[in-house]
Amino acid sequence: MNGFLVTHAPALLIMLPLIGAFAAPFIGKVSPKVRSAWVILIMTLTTLTALLLASDVFMYGTRIYVFGAAAPDLAVPLDSGGIPIRIIFTVDAMSALMQVIGAVCGFAVLLYSLSADRIHSGLESFYTLFLLMIAGIMGMVSTGDLFNFFVFLEILSIASAGLIAYRIDGGLAVEAALKYFVLSTIGAMVILIAIGIYYGEYNALNIALIASRMQFTLLDQIALVLIITALAMKCGSVPMHFWTPDAYSMAPSSVTAMLVVASQASLYGLFRVVFTLYNVTLNAMTVGWIIIILGVLSMVVGVTMAIPQKNVKRLMAYHAISQTGYMLLGVGVGLAVLGNQPLMDSFGYIAMEGGIFHIINHAMYKGLLFLTAGAIFFRIGTYNLNKMGGLGHSMKYTMIFFIIGALAIAGIPPFNGFASKLMIYESVFAFNPVLAIIAMVVSILTLASFVKVFHSIFMGPKLPGYETVQEAPVPMLIGMGVLATIVIAFGLFPQAVVDGLIAPAAHALADQSGYIAAVLGGA
Amino acid sequence: MDLFASLTTGTGFWNPLAWLIAVIAATVIVYLILQRGEPGYKKGTAQTTPFISGNPEPGKEMVHVRASNLYWGYLDALKGYYDLVVPAHTGVVNDYVLWYLGVTAALMIVVVVFI
Amino acid sequence: MFWNLPFIAVVALSLIGLATVVTKKNLIKIFLGINIFEAAVNLFLISLGYRDGGIAPIFTSAPSTEMVMATPQALTLTSIVIGVATSALLLSFAVIIWKKYGTIDTDQIRRLRE
Repeated sequence: MNGFLVTHAPALLIMLPLIGAFAAPFIGKVSPKVRSAWVILIMTLTTLTALLLASDVFMYGTRIYVFGAAAPDLAVPLDSGGIPIRIIFTVDAMSALMQVIGAVCGFAVLLYSLSADRIHSGLESFYTLFLLMIAGIMGMVSTGDLFNFFVFLEILSIASAGLIAYRIDGGLAVEAALKYFVLSTIGAMVILIAIGIYYGEYNALNIALIASRMQFTLLDQIALVLIITALAMKCGSVPMHFWTPDAYSMAPSSVTAMLVVASQASLYGLFRVVFTLYNVTLNAMTVGWIIIILGVLSMVVGVTMAIPQKNVKRLMAYHAISQTGYMLLGVGVGLAVLGNQPLMDSFGYIAMEGGIFHIINHAMYKGLLFLTAGAIFFRIGTYNLNKMGGLGHSMKYTMIFFIIGALAIAGIPPFNGFASKLMIYESVFAFNPVLAIIAMVVSILTLASFVKVFHSIFMGPKLPGYETVQEAPVPMLIGMGVLATIVIAFGLFPQAVVDGLIAPAAHALADQSGYIAAVLGGA
Repeated sequence: MDLFASLTTGTGFWNPLAWLIAVIAATVIVYLILQRGEPGYKKGTAQTTPFISGNPEPGKEMVHVRASNLYWGYLDALKGYYDLVVPAHTGVVNDYVLWYLGVTAALMIVVVVFI
Repeated sequence: MFWNLPFIAVVALSLIGLATVVTKKNLIKIFLGINIFEAAVNLFLISLGYRDGGIAPIFTSAPSTEMVMATPQALTLTSIVIGVATSALLLSFAVIIWKKYGTIDTDQIRRLRE
């Protein structure tokens, strides 16, 4: 039974949210309570499946799932002449890590959302879109087929756009969704052109097969640029970040927390393309430096734009851009020394581990921060920092969760942000000291900015008009508590997390031949 | 798997538990020093009200420093930078698409021409 | 040269579509630009699948000549369906923006900035 579940887990991870999504409106006809129970049930099952699959992948190595084949692991049909023609899901350690991030974040956010979004109307479509987002994220991170990647990317962006526009809010939310969706549609089409180029050149859509045939011709270079810029735009790196603050600030807070995970799925796609599809065939130094420069620009512009913001969620959105820069920096340094084994061993792997560790940490503490912002909005009805003050008297638990998130994002020990940032600083210092110094200055500015937010929301005397404000409801606190617990646990036991989750993921990402062998057999 | 292992970063290491023990020790020392302070303190007298040159104390809600008044000096010092960056966020969707296409073109030149 | 015509058309259509998105200020025209760009991508995919002298991959009593791999057609179909969904969503955004803002000029739709 257990073996059967693990074998089919990659398909279940897509199937469960899809079934849940399209059944939710009908089940909602019975009563909203039943719908909530249904959505929670689906999300719990998805999370358990993701954890089960991840534990298997981390123990026994890459799992593949071939749709429509006689056996789920029969990647190459016997009569096809060595070409995998079916759609294949390839779950290696990196994919499994991203699935766990998506599932755990999704679960915590859903708990929060059931309480926070109760005030909205039209909830049946809200949860459909929410679960579609989960399905899109799961599909993007586990697929081993480029066109399939595009399809899930589009599912994810359509669902996200619908959710961003969900609180129409006098048209403001729709404006944000419009900007997001115009950009992401064009980006997705550009990705499709790149996929077409690969197909025309190698007659294949399977990532492993293309990787094994990769020549890095002129066409491949064009496709690389098209796909890198599109995915960098989707993960919000400067100077293509303009949609991020709009979309993050206007979406409901629970959705914003999921958008963070969604943008990290795009980041995963970017890493998958450069490491698995191209690996050493590309000019690692040049492409690595492109990613590093995008990362540094994101860090600096993101944090400096955050400081003068007056809308708390807009401010946090700029910080999300800035933190994405750290991941690009860490993994970009790893890419820049790819193929040079001594340098890779001395700091390349550590840099990649730092970048990947930062992905999971960022998903947790940024989700937590957006949820606290949502809890404050739930009680006082505004995001404007100028109108806030003195809420620490009445919303004590929210304040504690906010402090945990803010210290984690600023890289203060003993929270998880410190561990990953330390890895990034030290390995990047070995690569280029200037970059490490920039990274530290950005951290200091992050702390400065969150001191401002903390002061203006929670400090000071009780303001007139907010005398009757109460603590956030218990389900919202539980959702925040799940994320806060993970933030603290990862901060207290960083090496255990790195050994258990991050290092296998980083090595799986850098190991192209392992990925190819898992799909095409030992050839 | 050792749960309490130090985080190794290639050139350095970091042990959160050692840090926690140090913090607890420091807290204990701070508390001991605090205990040696002056205990005499009368509530409800002039000792607990702020001294503003004899002027009456303004209401509590008047003294809260609002968000837009924070970091004025920082923003003023970097005015040149912010005058460049903030207007770039025009809010017009055409400009955003143009930025995206421009970055694509620039990277295309870097990767295709210079490799 | 003749066989490159579809690809020249793809480049021309993409440039027309993207230029429309960048230069036109009317939301509906921007969406049309996106649709033209989508059409270019679909044309690109379908021309990749063309094989001279190939027949449709239907195995029932098929002559033993070259068959066309059906993948690009499947991709194009999927991409068209996704294109319909995106167009519908974009147009619905335009409807709400017209209702709430009273304009579909992108120079006016900029209440979120900085």
